Amino acid sequence: MPLLTLSWLVPLAGAVLLLLIGNADERRSGLIRWLALAVSIAAFGVTVAMWMAFDASSSEFQLVERAAWIPAFGIEYHLGVDGISLLLVVLTGFLTPIALLSSWESVERKVKEFSIFMLALEAAMIGVFVSLDLFLFYVFWDAMLIPMYFLIGIWGYDQRIYAAFKFMLYTMAGSVLMLVAILALAYMHSESTGSYSFDVVKLYTLQIAPETQRWLFLAFTVAFAIKVPLFPFHTWLPDAHVQAPTAGSIILAGVLLKMGTYGLVRFSFPLFPDAAIEFAPWIAMLAVIGIVYGALVAMVQPDMKKLVAYSSVSHLGFVVLGICAVNEIGIQGAVYQMLAHGVSTGGLFLIVGMLSDRRHTRLIGEFGGLRNVMPRLTAAFFIITLASIGMPGLNGFIGEFLTMLGGWLWNPRYVIGAGLGVILSAVYMLWMFQRVYLGPVTNDKNAALPDLSPREWASVVPLCAMAVFMGVAPVIFTAPTAPSVKKIVERVQDRRSVTVDNSFGGSLSERPEPAFAEATAGKRSERPERSERSGR
Amino acid sequence: MLNTDIDAIVPMLCVTLAGLVTMIAEAFRRPGERMPMGWLGILGLAGAAASTAVLWGRNAQGFGVIAADNFGLFVTIVLVVVGVLTIMFSSPVVTRDGIPSGEYYSLVLFAIVGMIMMGSATDLLVIFIGLEILSLAVYVLTGIRRDTPEGTEAAFKYFLLGAFSSAFFLYGIALTYGITGSTRLADVGSYLAAASTAGSPLILIALGLLLVGFAFKISAVPFHMWTPDAYQGAPAIVTGFMSTGVKVAAFAAFARVFLSSFEPFKSDWTPLVAALAALTMILGTVVGVAQDSLKRMLGYSSIAHGGYLLVAMVAANQLGKQAILFYLLAYAVTNLAAFGVIALLGTREHGNDRLSDYAGLWHTHPHLAALMTVSLLSLGGLPPTAGFVAKYYIFIAAVSAGHYGLAIIGVLTSVVSVFFYLRVVVNMYMAEPAGAPVPPKVTGLGMAALTLAIIAIFVLGILPTPVIDLAGKSISTIF
Repeated sequence: MPLLTLSWLVPLAGAVLLLLIGNADERRSGLIRWLALAVSIAAFGVTVAMWMAFDASSSEFQLVERAAWIPAFGIEYHLGVDGISLLLVVLTGFLTPIALLSSWESVERKVKEFSIFMLALEAAMIGVFVSLDLFLFYVFWDAMLIPMYFLIGIWGYDQRIYAAFKFMLYTMAGSVLMLVAILALAYMHSESTGSYSFDVVKLYTLQIAPETQRWLFLAFTVAFAIKVPLFPFHTWLPDAHVQAPTAGSIILAGVLLKMGTYGLVRFSFPLFPDAAIEFAPWIAMLAVIGIVYGALVAMVQPDMKKLVAYSSVSHLGFVVLGICAVNEIGIQGAVYQMLAHGVSTGGLFLIVGMLSDRRHTRLIGEFGGLRNVMPRLTAAFFIITLASIGMPGLNGFIGEFLTMLGGWLWNPRYVIGAGLGVILSAVYMLWMFQRVYLGPVTNDKNAALPDLSPREWASVVPLCAMAVFMGVAPVIFTAPTAPSVKKIVERVQDRRSVTVDNSFGGSLSERPEPAFAEATAGKRSERPERSERSGR
Repeated sequence: MLNTDIDAIVPMLCVTLAGLVTMIAEAFRRPGERMPMGWLGILGLAGAAASTAVLWGRNAQGFGVIAADNFGLFVTIVLVVVGVLTIMFSSPVVTRDGIPSGEYYSLVLFAIVGMIMMGSATDLLVIFIGLEILSLAVYVLTGIRRDTPEGTEAAFKYFLLGAFSSAFFLYGIALTYGITGSTRLADVGSYLAAASTAGSPLILIALGLLLVGFAFKISAVPFHMWTPDAYQGAPAIVTGFMSTGVKVAAFAAFARVFLSSFEPFKSDWTPLVAALAALTMILGTVVGVAQDSLKRMLGYSSIAHGGYLLVAMVAANQLGKQAILFYLLAYAVTNLAAFGVIALLGTREHGNDRLSDYAGLWHTHPHLAALMTVSLLSLGGLPPTAGFVAKYYIFIAAVSAGHYGLAIIGVLTSVVSVFFYLRVVVNMYMAEPAGAPVPPKVTGLGMAALTLAIIAIFVLGILPTPVIDLAGKSISTIF
């Protein structure tokens, strides 16, 4: 069965199906909600089936589907997953039903259109992760903006139009330069082999002069850095997050941001290894600045949603740091942190959304002592909070630990800053928890707030369970990614040396800084040991 | 078909005949009687399309000055599409606004004849004749609503500046003739190829004058001054017609003249056209941002699209030539759809083309809002629409030819253009209705045309291969 095609086609077909249902005066909204939920659960089923069919011991792209699409340019409909994209697809499938549940009551008008955009968004996001053809990837990457733009702009909060514009233009400005770089890659392929190709597997083997690599790497990386978002490209994120409806925030934090880090791992680093190694220290520096800056800014936010948004800037910094280390532990940690952050930040936005639905405010100062009124919601929030700050035994810990370890093996200086971020994250999250939930009920409006409804249970429990599960059984999630990560690391490190030897042998002396050479040596020597461990 | 000379002009003859019949029918029409003039036009265009299909691949030459080669035929097909969509959109508009239908449709048809002629001519003078036929018809169409002062002003401005540019063009032809002794493109080309080392200043002047003439017609900056006024003053559907049809015809002739005859002087005109392209893209988008009238905004946007097409001219490789053809088709369909929505939403008294007129359109006309959104996103070049593949085509042509700078300007201006297209979307979806009277429901031919256009936008965006192959075959015959 063409599982990968199904994975994006099921949500899209669901969206088209909803399009055909008339919903004048919101008469059929109930039916539409259930239908959308059913479609998203079916899509989740497809993603799980993908996981079942996936051979975790192989590092190759699997479940590959390919067909000619626009032969004149060598553009193919080429899908495939490795361990990294597989898990991100599963994450997307997992979060979408939760996001739909979160908007069950808060979205009252134009339910049909809302559901259509959510499903179309899911289709495009999954498409981004499963595409192995750069053209196809770009189509999904850009198409994804349209539903998100409408979700923020129509169902968002007061400043939604501004936020929607900012989101769209920022992301597009980055991605169009990537388009030029993609075209340049396809052109170089035609120069060296005589035919255009956007196939990422073929492009991996392309020999590119280091000088050219620099430009292409920057074009790709800026696009991804905006998406991540990496400091200083992050300014769209707080606006988009705060103004988006809860479902939008969950998807935005849970999946969309990972598209940036996924792009770094899949495209920027392996396609342009020389440039990647050259720029890695700078990117890592920005990542560390982002970790600390995001944490500091989060600390002083009066608005819960904004606080969580800035915490994303901080947490995604770890992911980027892990990637920049270009060793197995670092990238493995980065991938794990992507999943963990998707679950825990999705959960934070979900619960903040519940509070906001009840009180129509998200200001921390408006709350206090909620533990006395809504103990269950408090418990769920506490679990997610601990997961987010990296408490051992919960999912956040593994990712942060591995990325920092990977960073340490590469260059310990960066990890010092990152460690500061870990401490700060505990400070801002726990401080918020204390102000919102602990102490006496200070505001009368909070005295009679209802606790979790059955529907809310249904959306919170999977997230809490996943946070715990990922924390105690990480190997389930590292096993399928380990071979793929190993392959990417080898691709970057080995291809780099090939390029240097072949075309720029003379300039070898001006290359790697000592710190990097040490780290490489360290990494190389312990590689067998580690692959043993992850294969356990 | 018997005679190749006649064969080559059969598409034009079909449309001319339809135009004449329409005109005569108008003369015999009793006041108040309604005649299906539009259907006559569609019939003529269908004849043109059918004859195009028969002529495909046969490379028929007519009288030594008209070439029904695949390039010309591709352009003819695009123009037939433009004509059919225009007539379908016009049918409700003509009745609503009380435009004399015989005059209107025959002018549209004659304009299309001029456009087809311009796209298929292989002689500079015949190109000029085609240009004049289409221009005269379009000047009148611009001012066809004699009861509006804006229309009259626009027509007058357009006429004056258009006549001015025709003079430039004619002067360029005269100089070319003076140097090469011929106005046939093939002869001019072979003369120039033989003498290319000479680099006489006279030929550069001729080249410059021709370039100015074309630049006026495709409204390249800095020769674009007439465009916003003419586009805003003309009835919306006429604006849609001239912003697509004229551009298609002018670019076809431009490509024929500059990419074949003046090929030997490519290194001389490339920097000029590159500068025009950059200026056109930048000014078209940047000024477009500040517009509150949708017609004017789309006017600037069409200027910018001319800039993208110029990028393909600069690239001038196989890909670039194909890209021009593909882009013209994608742009024609998309832009006509957008103007079609504007035309259908207007009323006789009120054009409904202010941005604020679109506030809350989603609530009153959900389908129109969705169709408008698709065409705007396609104009902005977002996947999975025709506009995206078209822009992709242009930019890969530019990158292959090493014009990275132009490609980067192109993609960045696309982002800026998305900003103003989205302003319309914001008004339609995210603003509450402003309390203006709700425009009438749209049905019938207008809606059918919109649906066709939207289907075309998606087909060109998702499965462009057949058209790409067709474009590839079209350019193989002449360049």
